[in-house]
Amino acid sequence: MHLFNNHGNSFPSLLFLLKIATRGHALLKKKSDALTVQFRQILKKIVSSKESMGEIMKTSSFSLTEAKYVAGGNIKHVVLENVHTASLKVRSRQENVAGVKLPKFEYFTEGETKNDLTGLARGGQQVQQCRVAYVKAIEVLVELASLQTSFLTLDEAIKTTNRRVNALENVVKPRLENTISYIKGELDELEREDFFRLKKIQGYKKREIEKQLASAKEFEFAEKDSSQKGISRNSAHNLLSAGREKDEDIIF
Amino acid sequence: MANRAQIPTSNSALIAMIADEDTVVGFLLAGVGNVDLRRKTNYLIVDSKTTVKQIEDAFKEFMTREDIAVVLISQYVANMIRFLVDSYNKPVPAILEIPSKDHPYDPAHDSILSRVKYLFSAESVASGRR
Repeated sequence: MHLFNNHGNSFPSLLFLLKIATRGHALLKKKSDALTVQFRQILKKIVSSKESMGEIMKTSSFSLTEAKYVAGGNIKHVVLENVHTASLKVRSRQENVAGVKLPKFEYFTEGETKNDLTGLARGGQQVQQCRVAYVKAIEVLVELASLQTSFLTLDEAIKTTNRRVNALENVVKPRLENTISYIKGELDELEREDFFRLKKIQGYKKREIEKQLASAKEFEFAEKDSSQKGISRNSAHNLLSAGREKDEDIIF
Repeated sequence: MANRAQIPTSNSALIAMIADEDTVVGFLLAGVGNVDLRRKTNYLIVDSKTTVKQIEDAFKEFMTREDIAVVLISQYVANMIRFLVDSYNKPVPAILEIPSKDHPYDPAHDSILSRVKYLFSAESVASGRR
Protein backbone atom coordinates (compact mmCIF):
# COMPACT_ATOMS: atom_id res chain seq x y z
CA MET A 1 0.00 0.00 0.00
CA HIS A 2 1.26 3.46 -0.72
CA LEU A 3 2.17 5.02 2.55
CA PHE A 4 4.43 7.80 1.37
CA ASN A 5 3.88 10.49 -1.21
CA ASN A 6 6.69 11.93 -3.31
CA HIS A 7 7.78 14.31 -0.59
CA GLY A 8 8.49 11.53 1.84
CA ASN A 9 5.62 12.42 4.17
CA SER A 10 3.21 9.77 5.28
CA PHE A 11 0.04 9.96 3.21
CA PRO A 12 -2.13 7.01 4.10
CA SER A 13 -5.42 6.58 2.33
CA LEU A 14 -8.62 6.60 4.30
CA LEU A 15 -9.31 2.98 3.53
CA PHE A 16 -5.93 2.02 4.94
CA LEU A 17 -6.62 4.01 8.11
CA LEU A 18 -9.93 2.26 8.51
CA LYS A 19 -8.22 -1.07 8.08
CA ILE A 20 -5.66 -0.39 10.79
CA ALA A 21 -8.28 1.09 13.09
CA THR A 22 -10.28 -2.09 12.79
CA ARG A 23 -7.23 -4.23 13.37
CA GLY A 24 -6.14 -2.18 16.38
CA HIS A 25 -9.61 -2.38 17.84
CA ALA A 26 -9.64 -6.17 17.60
CA LEU A 27 -6.17 -6.48 19.16
CA LEU A 28 -6.97 -4.15 22.03
CA LYS A 29 -10.13 -6.06 22.74
CA LYS A 30 -8.11 -9.24 22.99
CA LYS A 31 -5.69 -7.54 25.36
CA SER A 32 -8.52 -6.29 27.49
CA ASP A 33 -10.00 -9.78 27.70
CA ALA A 34 -6.66 -11.33 28.65
CA LEU A 35 -6.12 -8.72 31.35
CA THR A 36 -9.62 -9.23 32.71
CA VAL A 37 -9.03 -12.95 33.02
CA GLN A 38 -5.84 -12.27 35.02
CA PHE A 39 -7.70 -9.71 37.08
CA ARG A 40 -10.38 -12.13 38.16
CA GLN A 41 -7.84 -14.80 39.01
CA ILE A 42 -5.93 -12.39 41.19
CA LEU A 43 -9.09 -11.21 42.86
CA LYS A 44 -9.98 -14.79 43.79
CA LYS A 45 -6.51 -15.29 45.23
CA ILE A 46 -6.80 -12.08 47.21
CA VAL A 47 -10.08 -13.08 48.76
CA SER A 48 -8.78 -16.48 49.86
CA SER A 49 -5.47 -14.96 50.97
CA LYS A 50 -7.20 -12.45 53.18
CA GLU A 51 -9.16 -15.23 54.82
CA SER A 52 -6.06 -17.23 55.61
CA MET A 53 -4.35 -14.07 56.82
CA GLY A 54 -7.12 -13.67 59.36
CA GLU A 55 -6.38 -17.18 60.62
CA ILE A 56 -2.63 -16.71 60.78
CA MET A 57 -2.93 -13.46 62.64
CA LYS A 58 -5.11 -15.15 65.22
CA THR A 59 -2.53 -17.90 65.69
CA SER A 60 0.29 -15.41 66.01
CA SER A 61 -1.71 -13.39 68.47
CA PHE A 62 -2.26 -16.44 70.67
CA SER A 63 1.41 -17.23 70.49
CA LEU A 64 2.24 -13.73 71.63
CA THR A 65 -0.17 -13.94 74.53
CA GLU A 66 1.45 -17.18 75.57
CA ALA A 67 4.89 -15.67 75.40
CA LYS A 68 3.79 -12.70 77.45
CA TYR A 69 2.25 -14.94 80.04
CA VAL A 70 5.32 -17.12 80.36
CA ALA A 71 7.67 -14.20 80.36
CA GLY A 72 5.73 -12.92 83.30
CA GLY A 73 4.51 -9.58 82.19
CA ASN A 74 4.94 -7.19 79.39
CA ILE A 75 7.72 -7.92 76.97
CA LYS A 76 6.95 -4.75 75.10
CA HIS A 77 9.76 -2.69 76.55
CA VAL A 78 12.40 -5.26 75.91
CA VAL A 79 11.30 -5.68 72.34
CA LEU A 80 11.13 -1.95 71.72
CA GLU A 81 14.62 -1.51 73.06
CA ASN A 82 15.83 -4.06 70.62
CA VAL A 83 14.68 -2.36 67.47
CA HIS A 84 17.48 -1.08 65.31
CA THR A 85 17.66 -1.80 61.63
CA ALA A 86 15.02 -4.06 60.19
CA SER A 87 16.13 -7.56 59.48
CA LEU A 88 12.96 -8.43 57.63
CA LYS A 89 12.52 -6.42 54.47
CA VAL A 90 10.93 -6.73 51.05
CA ARG A 91 12.22 -6.35 47.57
CA SER A 92 10.14 -5.73 44.50
CA ARG A 93 10.49 -6.93 40.95
CA GLN A 94 8.37 -6.43 37.87
CA GLU A 95 6.63 -9.19 36.01
CA ASN A 96 5.29 -8.74 32.51
CA VAL A 97 1.77 -10.10 32.17
CA ALA A 98 -0.04 -9.66 28.86
CA GLY A 99 1.98 -6.56 28.17
CA VAL A 100 1.46 -5.00 31.59
CA LYS A 101 4.24 -4.68 34.11
CA LEU A 102 3.01 -6.03 37.43
CA PRO A 103 5.00 -5.60 40.65
CA LYS A 104 5.83 -8.56 42.82
CA PHE A 105 7.10 -8.45 46.37
CA GLU A 106 9.42 -10.90 48.03
CA TYR A 107 10.42 -10.80 51.64
CA PHE A 108 13.95 -11.50 52.68
CA THR A 109 15.99 -11.41 55.80
CA GLU A 110 19.05 -9.31 56.05
CA GLY A 111 21.52 -9.47 58.81
CA GLU A 112 20.93 -11.17 62.09
CA THR A 113 17.71 -10.73 63.98
CA LYS A 114 18.88 -9.49 67.27
CA ASN A 115 18.41 -12.27 69.69
CA ASP A 116 19.46 -10.03 72.43
CA LEU A 117 16.36 -10.46 74.52
CA THR A 118 18.36 -10.91 77.63
CA GLY A 119 15.99 -8.69 79.49
CA LEU A 120 13.53 -11.56 79.51
CA ALA A 121 13.89 -13.68 82.56
CA ARG A 122 11.93 -16.62 81.25
CA GLY A 123 10.08 -17.87 78.29
CA GLY A 124 12.81 -17.94 75.68
CA GLN A 125 11.14 -20.84 73.92
CA GLN A 126 7.73 -19.25 73.75
CA VAL A 127 9.26 -16.07 72.51
CA GLN A 128 11.02 -18.03 69.80
CA GLN A 129 7.77 -19.66 68.78
CA CYS A 130 6.07 -16.33 68.76
CA ARG A 131 8.75 -14.93 66.52
CA VAL A 132 8.37 -17.84 64.11
CA ALA A 133 4.60 -17.33 64.05
CA TYR A 134 4.95 -13.68 63.17
CA VAL A 135 7.53 -14.36 60.49
CA LYS A 136 5.05 -16.78 58.93
CA ALA A 137 2.42 -14.07 59.13
CA ILE A 138 4.76 -11.69 57.32
CA GLU A 139 5.21 -14.26 54.57
CA VAL A 140 1.47 -14.38 53.93
CA LEU A 141 1.18 -10.61 54.22
CA VAL A 142 3.90 -9.95 51.67
CA GLU A 143 2.26 -12.37 49.27
CA LEU A 144 -0.98 -10.47 49.83
CA ALA A 145 0.76 -7.17 49.18
CA SER A 146 2.02 -8.50 45.86
CA LEU A 147 -1.46 -9.60 44.87
CA GLN A 148 -2.93 -6.30 45.89
CA THR A 149 -0.53 -4.12 43.93
CA SER A 150 -0.91 -6.37 40.88
CA PHE A 151 -4.64 -6.03 41.27
CA LEU A 152 -4.58 -2.25 41.40
CA THR A 153 -2.16 -1.99 38.49
CA LEU A 154 -4.27 -4.35 36.39
CA ASP A 155 -7.36 -2.36 37.22
CA GLU A 156 -5.70 0.78 35.84
CA ALA A 157 -4.46 -1.05 32.76
CA ILE A 158 -7.87 -2.53 32.02
CA LYS A 159 -9.55 0.85 32.36
CA THR A 160 -7.04 2.44 29.98
CA THR A 161 -7.33 -0.33 27.41
CA ASN A 162 -11.12 -0.25 27.53
CA ARG A 163 -11.06 3.50 27.08
CA ARG A 164 -9.00 3.03 23.93
CA VAL A 165 -11.26 0.27 22.64
CA ASN A 166 -14.30 2.44 23.13
CA ALA A 167 -12.61 5.43 21.54
CA LEU A 168 -11.77 3.42 18.45
CA GLU A 169 -15.20 1.90 18.26
CA ASN A 170 -17.31 4.96 18.93
CA VAL A 171 -15.26 7.84 17.59
CA VAL A 172 -12.43 6.97 15.24
CA LYS A 173 -14.06 4.28 13.14
CA PRO A 174 -17.42 6.01 12.65
CA ARG A 175 -15.61 9.19 11.61
CA LEU A 176 -13.51 7.35 9.07
CA GLU A 177 -16.51 5.44 7.79
CA ASN A 178 -18.54 8.62 7.46
CA THR A 179 -15.78 10.37 5.58
CA ILE A 180 -15.35 7.40 3.27
CA SER A 181 -19.05 7.11 2.51
CA TYR A 182 -19.30 10.87 1.98
CA ILE A 183 -16.47 10.79 -0.52
CA LYS A 184 -17.95 7.78 -2.24
CA GLY A 185 -21.26 9.58 -2.44
CA GLU A 186 -19.65 12.65 -3.98
CA LEU A 187 -17.78 10.56 -6.50
CA ASP A 188 -20.94 8.71 -7.42
CA GLU A 189 -22.77 11.95 -7.86
CA LEU A 190 -20.03 13.33 -10.09
CA GLU A 191 -20.17 10.19 -12.11
CA ARG A 192 -23.90 10.50 -12.48
CA GLU A 193 -23.55 14.11 -13.53
CA ASP A 194 -20.98 13.16 -16.12
CA PHE A 195 -23.16 10.38 -17.37
CA PHE A 196 -26.13 12.71 -17.59
CA ARG A 197 -24.06 15.30 -19.47
CA LEU A 198 -22.86 12.65 -21.83
CA LYS A 199 -26.37 11.46 -22.50
CA LYS A 200 -27.54 15.01 -23.08
CA ILE A 201 -24.77 15.65 -25.55
CA GLN A 202 -25.50 12.43 -27.29
CA GLY A 203 -29.10 13.52 -27.52
CA TYR A 204 -28.13 16.85 -29.07
CA LYS A 205 -25.85 15.20 -31.53
CA LYS A 206 -28.53 12.78 -32.48
CA ARG A 207 -31.00 15.55 -33.11
CA GLU A 208 -28.42 17.46 -35.12
CA ILE A 209 -27.85 14.45 -37.31
CA GLU A 210 -31.57 13.91 -37.72
CA LYS A 211 -32.03 17.53 -38.68
CA GLN A 212 -29.33 17.28 -41.26
CA LEU A 213 -30.78 14.13 -42.62
CA ALA A 214 -34.15 15.74 -42.81
CA SER A 215 -32.86 18.80 -44.64
CA ALA A 216 -30.84 16.61 -46.97
CA LYS A 217 -33.98 14.67 -47.84
CA GLU A 218 -35.84 17.88 -48.52
CA PHE A 219 -33.16 18.99 -50.91
CA GLU A 220 -33.25 15.69 -52.72
CA PHE A 221 -36.96 15.93 -52.95
CA ALA A 222 -36.68 19.44 -54.25
CA GLU A 223 -34.22 18.23 -56.89
CA LYS A 224 -36.57 15.50 -57.96
CA ASP A 225 -39.32 18.00 -57.99
CA SER A 226 -37.43 20.44 -60.12
CA SER A 227 -36.31 17.76 -62.55
CA GLN A 228 -39.93 16.82 -62.91
CA LYS A 229 -40.71 20.44 -63.45
CA GLY A 230 -37.94 20.43 -66.07
CA ILE A 231 -39.80 17.85 -68.11
CA SER A 232 -42.92 19.92 -68.07
CA ARG A 233 -40.70 22.83 -69.11
CA ASN A 234 -39.76 20.83 -72.21
CA SER A 235 -43.29 20.00 -72.93
CA ALA A 236 -43.96 23.61 -72.40
CA HIS A 237 -41.22 24.25 -74.92
CA ASN A 238 -42.95 22.00 -77.43
CA LEU A 239 -46.13 23.72 -76.82
CA LEU A 240 -44.45 26.94 -77.28
CA SER A 241 -42.65 25.86 -80.42
CA ALA A 242 -45.87 24.41 -81.73
CA GLY A 243 -47.65 27.55 -81.08
CA ARG A 244 -44.77 29.68 -82.63
CA GLU A 245 -46.62 30.82 -85.71
CA LYS A 246 -49.51 31.95 -83.84
CA ASP A 247 -47.54 33.97 -81.30
CA GLU A 248 -45.54 36.82 -82.76
CA ASP A 249 -44.27 37.91 -79.40
CA ILE A 250 -42.11 34.87 -79.00
CA ILE A 251 -38.76 35.44 -80.43
CA PHE A 252 -36.77 32.35 -81.41
CA MET B 1 1.17 4.19 28.65
CA ALA B 2 3.69 6.93 29.18
CA ASN B 3 1.45 8.72 31.65
CA ARG B 4 1.27 5.84 34.12
CA ALA B 5 3.51 6.24 37.12
CA GLN B 6 6.35 3.77 37.08
CA ILE B 7 6.27 1.35 40.01
CA PRO B 8 9.68 1.60 41.60
CA THR B 9 11.60 -1.62 41.84
CA SER B 10 13.76 -1.62 44.88
CA ASN B 11 16.12 -4.10 46.35
CA SER B 12 15.29 -3.39 49.92
CA ALA B 13 12.22 -1.74 51.31
CA LEU B 14 10.58 -1.68 54.71
CA ILE B 15 7.25 -2.84 56.03
CA ALA B 16 5.50 -0.13 58.03
CA MET B 17 2.92 -0.76 60.76
CA ILE B 18 0.09 1.22 62.30
CA ALA B 19 -1.54 -1.11 64.78
CA ASP B 20 -2.32 -1.85 68.38
CA GLU B 21 0.44 -2.60 70.81
CA ASP B 22 0.28 -6.37 70.72
CA THR B 23 0.35 -6.61 66.95
CA VAL B 24 3.24 -4.20 66.66
CA VAL B 25 5.23 -5.96 69.36
CA GLY B 26 4.70 -9.27 67.61
CA PHE B 27 5.98 -7.93 64.31
CA LEU B 28 8.86 -6.15 65.96
CA LEU B 29 9.81 -9.47 67.45
CA ALA B 30 9.94 -10.89 63.94
CA GLY B 31 12.42 -8.20 62.96
CA VAL B 32 10.30 -5.85 60.92
CA GLY B 33 10.99 -2.80 63.03
CA ASN B 34 13.39 -0.14 61.88
CA VAL B 35 14.77 2.90 63.66
CA ASP B 36 17.08 5.12 61.71
CA LEU B 37 19.69 7.59 62.82
CA ARG B 38 17.15 10.34 63.14
CA ARG B 39 15.05 8.14 65.42
CA LYS B 40 12.41 7.84 62.74
CA THR B 41 10.54 4.58 63.05
CA ASN B 42 8.51 2.58 60.60
CA TYR B 43 5.76 1.84 63.07
CA LEU B 44 3.14 3.58 65.14
CA ILE B 45 1.57 1.99 68.19
CA VAL B 46 -2.07 3.03 68.44
CA ASP B 47 -3.67 3.04 71.87
CA SER B 48 -6.54 4.81 73.52
CA LYS B 49 -4.51 7.99 73.83
CA THR B 50 -3.53 8.25 70.18
CA THR B 51 -5.31 11.02 68.33
CA VAL B 52 -6.73 10.69 64.86
CA LYS B 53 -4.38 13.44 63.73
CA GLN B 54 -1.37 11.43 64.85
CA ILE B 55 -2.63 8.42 62.93
CA GLU B 56 -3.28 10.56 59.85
CA ASP B 57 0.18 12.07 59.98
CA ALA B 58 1.88 8.73 60.40
CA PHE B 59 -0.12 7.26 57.54
CA LYS B 60 0.68 10.15 55.24
CA GLU B 61 4.33 9.95 56.16
CA PHE B 62 4.55 6.23 55.51
CA MET B 63 2.80 6.56 52.18
CA THR B 64 5.23 9.18 50.94
CA ARG B 65 8.44 7.58 52.14
CA GLU B 66 10.46 6.07 49.34
CA ASP B 67 11.79 3.20 51.38
CA ILE B 68 8.45 1.76 52.48
CA ALA B 69 6.78 -0.79 50.24
CA VAL B 70 4.05 -2.20 52.48
CA VAL B 71 1.93 -0.54 55.16
CA LEU B 72 0.17 -2.85 57.60
CA ILE B 73 -2.75 -1.20 59.34
CA SER B 74 -5.23 -2.64 61.78
CA GLN B 75 -8.66 -2.55 60.30
CA TYR B 76 -10.19 -0.68 63.22
CA VAL B 77 -7.49 1.99 62.85
CA ALA B 78 -8.10 2.12 59.12
CA ASN B 79 -11.75 2.78 59.86
CA MET B 80 -10.75 5.89 61.80
CA ILE B 81 -9.01 7.34 58.76
CA ARG B 82 -11.16 5.57 56.16
CA PHE B 83 -11.45 8.59 53.89
CA LEU B 84 -7.68 8.96 53.76
CA VAL B 85 -7.12 5.28 53.12
CA ASP B 86 -9.70 5.17 50.35
CA SER B 87 -8.29 8.24 48.64
CA TYR B 88 -4.95 6.60 47.98
CA ASN B 89 -4.82 5.23 44.47
CA LYS B 90 -1.16 4.39 44.23
CA PRO B 91 -0.40 0.69 44.04
CA VAL B 92 2.82 1.19 45.99
CA PRO B 93 3.11 1.29 48.98
CA ALA B 94 0.58 -1.51 49.35
CA ILE B 95 -1.96 -0.93 52.12
CA LEU B 96 -2.94 -4.11 53.91
CA GLU B 97 -5.71 -4.11 56.46
CA ILE B 98 -5.08 -6.66 59.17
CA PRO B 99 -7.27 -7.85 62.00
CA SER B 100 -6.44 -7.26 65.60
CA LYS B 101 -7.20 -9.26 68.71
CA ASP B 102 -10.47 -7.51 69.47
CA HIS B 103 -11.49 -6.77 65.92
CA PRO B 104 -11.57 -9.75 63.60
CA TYR B 105 -11.15 -9.19 59.89
CA ASP B 106 -14.17 -7.84 58.07
CA PRO B 107 -13.97 -7.96 54.28
CA ALA B 108 -16.91 -5.62 53.90
CA HIS B 109 -14.82 -2.70 55.11
CA ASP B 110 -11.63 -3.48 53.28
CA SER B 111 -10.87 -0.51 51.06
CA ILE B 112 -9.46 -2.66 48.29
CA LEU B 113 -12.26 -5.21 48.21
CA SER B 114 -14.96 -2.57 48.47
CA ARG B 115 -13.69 -1.15 45.18
CA VAL B 116 -14.71 -4.30 43.41
CA LYS B 117 -17.86 -5.02 45.38
CA TYR B 118 -19.76 -5.22 42.15
CA LEU B 119 -17.74 -8.28 41.15
CA PHE B 120 -18.81 -10.14 44.25
CA SER B 121 -21.83 -12.33 43.98
CA ALA B 122 -23.51 -13.57 47.13
CA GLU B 123 -21.92 -16.99 46.68
CA SER B 124 -18.26 -16.04 46.62
CA VAL B 125 -18.45 -14.07 49.84
CA ALA B 126 -20.56 -16.69 51.55
CA SER B 127 -18.25 -19.51 50.53
CA GLY B 128 -15.35 -17.69 52.13
CA ARG B 129 -17.15 -17.26 55.38
CA ARG B 130 -17.63 -20.97 55.84
